[in-house]
Amino acid sequence: MLEKAISGPKSYVAWVLVLLVILGIGFANYLRQLVFGLGITGMSRSVSWGLYIGQFTFLVGVAASAVMLVMTYYLHNFKKFGKITILGEFLAVASVIMCITFVTVDLGRPDRAVNIFLYPTPNSVLFWDFVVLSGYLLLNIVIGWTVLGCERRGVPPATWTKVLIYVSIPWAISIHTVTAFLYAGLPGRGFWLTAIMAPRFLGSAFACGPALLILFCMFLRKYTKFDAGWEAIQALAKISAYAMVASVFFFLCELFTVYYSQIPGHMTHFEYLFAGLQGVGNLRPLMWVCVTLAIIAAILMVLPQTRNSETWLPVGCATVFFSLWMEKGIALVVGGFIPNPMEVVYQYTPTLPELSITLGVWALGFLILTILYKVALGVRAELDAGSVSVNAPK
Amino acid sequence: MDDNRRRFLKIAGLSILGMGIKPAADALASAEPKMIPSPEALVGKRWAMVVNMKKLREGGTEVMDRLSLACHSTHNVPDMGNPKSDVKWLWQEPYEHAFPGTESEILHKHHEGWASGLKVLVLCNHCDNPPCVRVCPTKATWKRPDGIVMMDYHRCIGCRYCMAACPYGARSLNWQDPRPFIKTELNREYPTRTRGVVEKCTFCFERLAKGLKPACVDAAKNKELVFGDMEDPKSEVRELLKTNFFIRRKPELGTSPQVYYIL
Repeated sequence: MLEKAISGPKSYVAWVLVLLVILGIGFANYLRQLVFGLGITGMSRSVSWGLYIGQFTFLVGVAASAVMLVMTYYLHNFKKFGKITILGEFLAVASVIMCITFVTVDLGRPDRAVNIFLYPTPNSVLFWDFVVLSGYLLLNIVIGWTVLGCERRGVPPATWTKVLIYVSIPWAISIHTVTAFLYAGLPGRGFWLTAIMAPRFLGSAFACGPALLILFCMFLRKYTKFDAGWEAIQALAKISAYAMVASVFFFLCELFTVYYSQIPGHMTHFEYLFAGLQGVGNLRPLMWVCVTLAIIAAILMVLPQTRNSETWLPVGCATVFFSLWMEKGIALVVGGFIPNPMEVVYQYTPTLPELSITLGVWALGFLILTILYKVALGVRAELDAGSVSVNAPK
Repeated sequence: MDDNRRRFLKIAGLSILGMGIKPAADALASAEPKMIPSPEALVGKRWAMVVNMKKLREGGTEVMDRLSLACHSTHNVPDMGNPKSDVKWLWQEPYEHAFPGTESEILHKHHEGWASGLKVLVLCNHCDNPPCVRVCPTKATWKRPDGIVMMDYHRCIGCRYCMAACPYGARSLNWQDPRPFIKTELNREYPTRTRGVVEKCTFCFERLAKGLKPACVDAAKNKELVFGDMEDPKSEVRELLKTNFFIRRKPELGTSPQVYYIL
């Protein structure tokens, strides 16, 4: 099936080339980072995780959100998702690969990464995160590829595939829960030390992933022959809308506990992010943009008039995506480190090489996604054209 | 052809399984000591340190500088010269940074009171319940039976989860090659580190093994720092803590820090 990704229209080739160039520049900068060390980034003794781990955290959510399609389609037998479930699964594949790449580029000694498997440490949440993420990647590759292959041959998927599909549902929840536990179990970091972390992660994931998928579906509808169907898009939009409302609610729950309890170790981080602390606050503008976008997103997605509109829905989805990206991809990780355990504010600004490496990993993800979608749409187009007879052996 | 492929896959699969057996068995096996300590080694059940702030105040910051230098020169700790990539094992912090929330806000505002302008020596607390050990995905940091929280610079992958977990900011990553920044005379008895690994105070385990006290304690001629076994009722640390008021950094987190501050 992979041969379908090799050729395509000029715009496809151009897009792939653009991605390859961004990926190449990112890779060159990664080589610089390998030679110099992580000091090439904006991370510091105080803010020891930055953009890389932020992207990782955000993308685990995008990956987990595939479950919203898989569960609705396979468990609740919602036939309208039949066409796009594969898009969700392939989005999960691309996202998990990006996650693993982001963690790898964040390592000080990537040459020793295998130590995680050579010296398995069950008491480390990071160890479990690797286990669930690699499992999830495998599940989605196998499921997506097999189901697509079956579809091409016009046969129903085998029972073992069905079993894997059911396993993948709780597994998706687990990847984002375990990722939240990376943060929520650290005694000295008040910003993260909250039981709402995992629910918040899931809420924002289920808002963000479907929103991204809607954007993809609408893009494909406009520029290719693939039509996901307006009803399927609307179903996705409802999922995203209520998940968005849920994540705003979870965030407000956190704000209540933090500000009504008045415990300084929990408040200072919010103060730094939204108002500035010790005279500085370079994340303030970003945070207020994030809040504004989140409010606009919630309104656009919940109101039936805007959700049902072909012009407003993509705007709503884009605001969902960007507000949650700012929240989870930047503020959540960086905010936890400022102020540091000495209650000193040391700010974080990503450097150019760091930004380039980050963009490179995103380009890698989009490249994988493009190839997988090209294959999936190619198979679909073939079926629609009836060029392959049912039960054909190949 | 197909048969060859099948055989290859079988052998490859078995080899991978085989490679997995040793680490799996190691993970399950009990940690038996594989080396006999030297007869002159200092042995303890629960090593701890007392920082006597009364005495440190008398000496002022120069004494603290000297103690830090004793530590950093013994362990080839680089002087990076900027807060972004600093590597620190034993250093000074203003009192309100070392013990946040314990100072009176009013006294602090008026620059009055006992803690005003006071600098405190801080280091790894060698917690009895260390969060850094809990989170390390490779066991590159672990707690020894005598309580020392150890670091293996050769196993560390530089993921910095321990830095996120430590509530005391006691851990430093080598953000770049530290060797050009070693400003003290190179101590060939102790390894230098590479870029990309985390390091911190290890209570001078290498000196204890030779029967020597930690370098900073040795340099503290006026007993500003005292080192000993908390489980030994006759030890100097135990005696001091019996008769003096002391505090620890963030004890409410349940880490049970083993560096005690006599005020």
